[in-house]
Amino acid sequence: MRHETRRLILLLLPAGIVFAAFFLLPMARLFFIGGSGKTGWAAYAAILTDSLYLDSLLSTMAVAAATTAATLVISGISGVFLQRHKFPGNALLVSMLTFPLAFPGVVIGFMVIMLAGRQGLIGQVTQALTGEKLVFAYTIAGLFMGYVYFSIPRTILTVMAAAEKLDPKLEEAARSLGASPWRVLLDVIIPGLKPAFISAGAICFATAVGAFGTAFTLAAKINVLPMVIYTEFTLSANIAMAAALSFVLGIVTWLVLAVARTAAGSSVAAAG
Amino acid sequence: MTDTGNKPVSIALTNCSKTFPDGTRALEPLDLAIHAGETVVFLGPSGCGKTTTLRIIAGLEEPDAGGKVLFDGVDVTHLPIEQRNVGMVFQSYALFPNMTVAGNIGYGLKIRKVPDAQIKARVSEMLAMMQITRLADRRIDQLSGGQRQRVALARAIAVRPRALLLDEPLTALDAKLRDTLRLEIDSLLRSLGITAIYVTHDQAEAMALGDRIVVMEHGRVAQIGKPREIYQRPATRFVAEFIGTMNRLTGSVSNGTFTCKAGGIAWPEAPSSATEILFRPEDIRVVESGEATGLKGTVAAAFFLGDRTRLFVDVGEAQPLVIESTARRDFSHGDRVGLAIDPRGLLVL
Repeated sequence: MRHETRRLILLLLPAGIVFAAFFLLPMARLFFIGGSGKTGWAAYAAILTDSLYLDSLLSTMAVAAATTAATLVISGISGVFLQRHKFPGNALLVSMLTFPLAFPGVVIGFMVIMLAGRQGLIGQVTQALTGEKLVFAYTIAGLFMGYVYFSIPRTILTVMAAAEKLDPKLEEAARSLGASPWRVLLDVIIPGLKPAFISAGAICFATAVGAFGTAFTLAAKINVLPMVIYTEFTLSANIAMAAALSFVLGIVTWLVLAVARTAAGSSVAAAG
Repeated sequence: MTDTGNKPVSIALTNCSKTFPDGTRALEPLDLAIHAGETVVFLGPSGCGKTTTLRIIAGLEEPDAGGKVLFDGVDVTHLPIEQRNVGMVFQSYALFPNMTVAGNIGYGLKIRKVPDAQIKARVSEMLAMMQITRLADRRIDQLSGGQRQRVALARAIAVRPRALLLDEPLTALDAKLRDTLRLEIDSLLRSLGITAIYVTHDQAEAMALGDRIVVMEHGRVAQIGKPREIYQRPATRFVAEFIGTMNRLTGSVSNGTFTCKAGGIAWPEAPSSATEILFRPEDIRVVESGEATGLKGTVAAAFFLGDRTRLFVDVGEAQPLVIESTARRDFSHGDRVGLAIDPRGLLVL
């Protein structure tokens, strides 16, 4: 019995060391640095009272949530379609869709500028059609577009793997009971894909919260939290504030994901 | 219990063939009439087209151009399954894992926007009928195979379908459970009086359940008939050999006697061209010693089964004859036995 315990402790050790070295200690240190500035622990309070910080926190979460929702809709539709309908070029298309995985955020930002920037494609087309140039690359819409672009490859493969496991007989059973294609989607396909949506969505959300390169490239009027942290850290040399913001960003993201998992948890368990 | 709500429907297929996009011909042109309230079993080996035919009737597949599916004389060929009001039961159960047992059974009624109170009443009725009332709130993954198939049956019947389509519903279950559920399905179909189509590759299931059996081979109908006709008067060698056990003797006919290596069989009505005769194990017996006999063989193997002994008797043919003997006699390998065949059971195909 004692031997068994010792073995378990030994097996736990690698995970324990990694957890302590790369998570627990840095987070603790970050937390204390956050309270070591000129204003002390008030730095944490400032995140909620200073509208600059609070707005940026809220808009970061909003963009990440919108990105997650849009990505899941797009990946869900395309993933199920690509899984179900094999056509010439199917494999090539799938590999193209996963292409942006390798791009750094800067490149994604650059692509958004080429598409929706001042000299961008959308601008040229809208000018030719309406006489007015539509430019949104440097707004939150441009950021949203870039985030969706790099989130799709992260979710579509998960969705496709889950779609492959859906039992076509379940859909046939639902239809035999009178379900329209829309009801089949709601009652069979979406519940079947739910576990994949939750895990892919969590990664998508967390990545969108922390994305920096794209926001940095599109700079102009965007005020997402990673940008604020960067500004506090390098330009204002306000290391304590940067640390406090980082800590809160981590905690809030973790909380949002935990709540989402719990909310979905009961139905996921039921899905077996 | 006998309440299906809808009058049982008659189903007709005319000129229904099916070619898959890859060019495979799953079904040759088929004409079939199923009477209202009848239980028809599609029987055949895998790949014979029985499931394809069922799916065409269900509305999950459309027949090739020119084929028609009629329900009570009305053309439903292009009506999708969700508008045909047919109940389906699958081999894999296909229960919704995100719903409880009661949720599954009530699903079709919910789709039809039946008021909650009525759904509840109908679900309890179904649960009681399938004797699974205590499982109402269980999740699907907490059920055994037999319980799952009961839920699937209840779910299909709850909406009072015009026809019940069952695709190998018992194949995934173990032998003992299969027998029990077969009995239950039989009495269920009788009490509902519903038009039912049952697909199986198991001939015992087909014989037990079918008012009529459609035997299929290579996308074609080999024979349609009552179980007794199919068994006693098979139309082709395929049907004869697919259903039950068939014995075979080769030889020739002269003067009302069929002569083979093991001896001669008096058969006044023998067609003169017959070179091979077929018969069932129950139409041949081992004669008592001293009784006159024209046929002789050697016991190759004997299996005592309690109520009878299954004998394999070598008569110089490629296959030994199979004989079920109820004689109180201890057979052993190498025994010489005299045999008698009832000419009424002889077939030439």
